[in-house]
Amino acid sequence: MRKLKELIIEKLILICGLASIFFVALIFLFLLKEGLAVFKIVSPFKFLFGKSWYPISEPPQLGILPLILGSLLVTVGAAIISIPVGVGCAIYIAEIAPLKIKETLKAGIELLAAIPSVVLGFIGMVTLVPLVKNLFHLPTGLTALSGSIMLAFMAMPTIVSIAEDALYSVPKTYKEGAFALGATHWQTIWRVMLPAASSGILAAVMLGIGRVIGETMAVMMITGNAAVIPNSILAPVRTLTATIAAEMGEAVVGSEHYFALFAIGIVLFVISFAINVSADLFLHKRQ
Amino acid sequence: MRNPYRTQNIAFFFLLLATLLIVVPVGLIVVIIIQKGLPAINWQFLSDIPRQGMRAGGIFPAIVGTLYLVTGAIIFALPIGLLAAIYLSEYSKDNLLNRLIKLAIINLAGVPSVVYGLFGLALFVVFFKFGASILSGSLTLGIMILPVIITTSREALESLPYSFREVSLSLGASKWQTIRHIVLPNAIPGILTGTILGLGRAAGETAPILFTVAAFYLPQLPTSIFDQAMALPYHLYVISTQVPNVDEKTRYGTALVLLTLVLFMNLVAIIIRYRFRKRKKW
Repeated sequence: MRKLKELIIEKLILICGLASIFFVALIFLFLLKEGLAVFKIVSPFKFLFGKSWYPISEPPQLGILPLILGSLLVTVGAAIISIPVGVGCAIYIAEIAPLKIKETLKAGIELLAAIPSVVLGFIGMVTLVPLVKNLFHLPTGLTALSGSIMLAFMAMPTIVSIAEDALYSVPKTYKEGAFALGATHWQTIWRVMLPAASSGILAAVMLGIGRVIGETMAVMMITGNAAVIPNSILAPVRTLTATIAAEMGEAVVGSEHYFALFAIGIVLFVISFAINVSADLFLHKRQ
Repeated sequence: MRNPYRTQNIAFFFLLLATLLIVVPVGLIVVIIIQKGLPAINWQFLSDIPRQGMRAGGIFPAIVGTLYLVTGAIIFALPIGLLAAIYLSEYSKDNLLNRLIKLAIINLAGVPSVVYGLFGLALFVVFFKFGASILSGSLTLGIMILPVIITTSREALESLPYSFREVSLSLGASKWQTIRHIVLPNAIPGILTGTILGLGRAAGETAPILFTVAAFYLPQLPTSIFDQAMALPYHLYVISTQVPNVDEKTRYGTALVLLTLVLFMNLVAIIIRYRFRKRKKW
């Protein structure tokens, strides 16, 4: 009797252990199920590289190039800001900050990670957007630049914590060796610590960028949502994620628009999958 | 010749600057929300339904909706997450399957939140015909927070020294008895931390509930799990972008309530973790 009970429990544990694989597969499957139907109307090439997104005109024009470029512009902007600042902060926390300040700084970063994205979007709307508008004398502050700054900020917790881990796990002997040869602390960081932690830092950057591409609410609230090919970082743009969030409410289940939004979901899923798998490879290379 | 110590001072100055660039705005955001949101908070704001097209009244249905969603998500995610963590820490061997599961968890954590919304719409709302309901929203949020719960619970289980298990097994206990009576009780604080962090995450997310549960405006409270509900994060989105002429104070007040809820859960998690570390004897 007890044997049977144990057997059942162990099988249950095994099933739950496999649950994550099951759910990842299920997500992909259902995206495919609803999204692939769009390719009956528009070829994959035209979908990815079509220049106009007018999903509710007749016939609908379903080219997501403006959305891809919107996401790309905002992401590149965010990466340019967040990589140096985030890695710099990670070095400061891991190497320079005194122990007591270190804990406070880490708590601050954790606090940032905990703030819901809709709250950050709201704060961005009332502080950052007017600032950008006045600074550049624009008709609206809802621009790709505002989005980039906000997203850079949101990528920080990921970049800082993983890069700090990477720096922390560099063997102490490396550092001691450099000091013994007469290097200054900065020379040690720049020439020894950073190269030794490079694959971990690369993973940190990639996961930070993954966070940026997938971010939805804040970006929808402050980038202006214009589904046109952006010509400047000071113009409104619309990202892949914001398009889904903004339009799915109006799309009729089973319509071309609905299928197209799911196809955008497939694109996002594939991007995040690729980023996460390769970041994981970098992290494992380190060990 | 360049003085290496001068270079070092300059470099360290910029590193400090980078750190301040992150930490100072975080502090400012919290201070601004508290300062501007606090005047809006009173009993009526917390206990009344929204009135005059959400420009007056309170946010009670949104608070209740969020509490329902978070509870539903945890009822679904905690058992699965905990058993998955037990599998990874106690049963799995270092093989390809183990590696695949870990990779799946990383990917589950990395899937964009709006894609969870799509998935919830396709599977729960349309395929299972639950409709836009608390059930669909809770299940979607539950799958989303699964990686948080698995990862933290697994760490808690694995931090228990192997000797604990050896002693129990050598006394004739079976593997499950060992887990049930020795491993789990000692890992409870860590599991609790993960659960609360998951709760905080579920309470703050907007994109996954957009098409699975969230109602623009509902003057009454939901009565069953098949009802739509309002939710705090979606309500904040609605009154800051969709409804014109909402009082600034109301927006900040809503943001403050949401932020307080989420930060409170994080704080509780941090305190549990801290006290556990202090008490830990091994």
